Amino acid sequence: MAKLELQNLTKAYSRDIVPVKQLNLVVEDNEFLTLVGPSGCGKSTILRLIAGLDQPTEGRVMIGDRDVSRLPPGDRNIAMVFQSYALYPHMTVRENVASGLKLRHLPVGDIQKRVQEVSGVLGLDPLLDRKPAKLSGGQRQRVALARALVRNPDVFLLDEPLSNLDALLREQVRADLKQIFADQKSPIVYVTHDQTEAMTLSTKVAVLNNGYLQQLGHPHDIYKTPANRFVASFIGSPQMNLITLSRTGNTVALGDFSIPLPIGIQAASVVLGIRPEHLRLPREGDMHTVSGQVFLVENLGMHDLVSLRVQGDPTLTLRALLPADAAWSKENLQLALPPESIHWFDDETEQRLG
Amino acid sequence: MLQNAYQYALDNSDRILTALQQHLLLVAVPLAIGLLVGLPLGLWSARSRLISTVMLNSFNALRVIPSLAVLFLAVPVLGLSFWSAVLALTLLVMPPILISTDVAFRNISPAIREAATGMGMPPVDILKTVEVPLALPVVIAGIKTATVEVIASATLAAFVGAGGLGAFIVLGFAAYDPAILLVGAVPVALLALLAEVGLSAVQRAAQPPGVRSA
Repeated sequence: MAKLELQNLTKAYSRDIVPVKQLNLVVEDNEFLTLVGPSGCGKSTILRLIAGLDQPTEGRVMIGDRDVSRLPPGDRNIAMVFQSYALYPHMTVRENVASGLKLRHLPVGDIQKRVQEVSGVLGLDPLLDRKPAKLSGGQRQRVALARALVRNPDVFLLDEPLSNLDALLREQVRADLKQIFADQKSPIVYVTHDQTEAMTLSTKVAVLNNGYLQQLGHPHDIYKTPANRFVASFIGSPQMNLITLSRTGNTVALGDFSIPLPIGIQAASVVLGIRPEHLRLPREGDMHTVSGQVFLVENLGMHDLVSLRVQGDPTLTLRALLPADAAWSKENLQLALPPESIHWFDDETEQRLG
Repeated sequence: MLQNAYQYALDNSDRILTALQQHLLLVAVPLAIGLLVGLPLGLWSARSRLISTVMLNSFNALRVIPSLAVLFLAVPVLGLSFWSAVLALTLLVMPPILISTDVAFRNISPAIREAATGMGMPPVDILKTVEVPLALPVVIAGIKTATVEVIASATLAAFVGAGGLGAFIVLGFAAYDPAILLVGAVPVALLALLAEVGLSAVQRAAQPPGVRSA
């Protein structure tokens, strides 16, 4: 077992194309780190740098106490699961799973034993003699996982392993993944653009944008206290309401409604953020409420996602997640903004305030 | 006429046997050189766009020159000999072998090669256990084309005195006797057919079930 450490990692393809910039990260044993971000944020490049499929321009990749930055992939003892699964089409499931072990010249008996163990865990026993072409997407996915698990690597790398599965299967495999990797001791680095996967699977999430690390932390902390406007908008579904407002004294005006700023905020122009699930119908004693005209109701099953134009400034809109048991359409609705759920960001630097 | 041809064949069976041996040698030697040179070159050109452009274009350009012309061009250098024929026929077998090898290795999904690299497989093992098995059916298809072409074209060797079954065809022409011509042409056709059927079977055997649809 060995921790994975990225030190000052930078990858530049040209002067203008720099997908990874000065990245510092540590993933300990038993940790499940998810790299999450929009397309082109550099997350897959980071994984390729760790795997040795690409060479860093600067910085180091450490596995345990070894600097592996210049080592070929074969000498790093890593296992990788790819988005496309990339199973060897001419080999049976058994041969695919065993391929990584044969390289190490283990005795045939040992290889068989390990393959049996892993195939038992992943429910592949009835499929062992089939070729990948005869498997469904979910089954191929499990074979790709088995091929990685069987190696007992120092580090696991997973590159969007669920993105080729349909929504229903994805949910199921996600749950399976969580259980399977809970028993693994090695550090795991998982890349996804799907924040639900990031939130549900990880012990630690790294949010990336434009090659820069935006925030690193426990999924709960990232949801609760996003470090900047980008993280606030990227994590959470439906997306957080983010409204740019200029201050008047110690308050900002949200249409006709005045909302006090927390003490200590100096910025001239601020962004108010509140998640749709934190907007609710007012109760007695609520300090801050706004009202507005409902113009769109989206039924999400358990909830309705209600969009309204704020009274006093129809260019300002808010989206709220409200119980689906009432008819919200065309209604003039009053909503409460619980102060503890409001996030403030500097409009200029986009960093969190207070 | 068939009757005449049959009679002629019976009367000259030892000559036919010698011609057949010569013909097979004229097929085997160029094919062996073609495989020895063409397979590694094809693999190299699959790895590099530059090499591929240079190599495939130059061999395709050489292909435009008819084999007969190559034969006569080779004669002043190599003489009226077996080796002139071998040179012409080697130039003929190279393009199909080279192109099919290039295409076969180029068409392997880069994701599969990368997966193997990512799982720690060294390049030699990737070639041996992943790439060669996947490329083999297409490579064999190229070898099949080359073999059938060289079996047919080896008849031209008779023009430079290198013998082979073409000798009967040349003789048939000269003597205005289609029966003698058939004695050369029919075995050539049969050989070509045999190669086609045989190598198709090999190709099918090399094709793991379900790979195409994967």
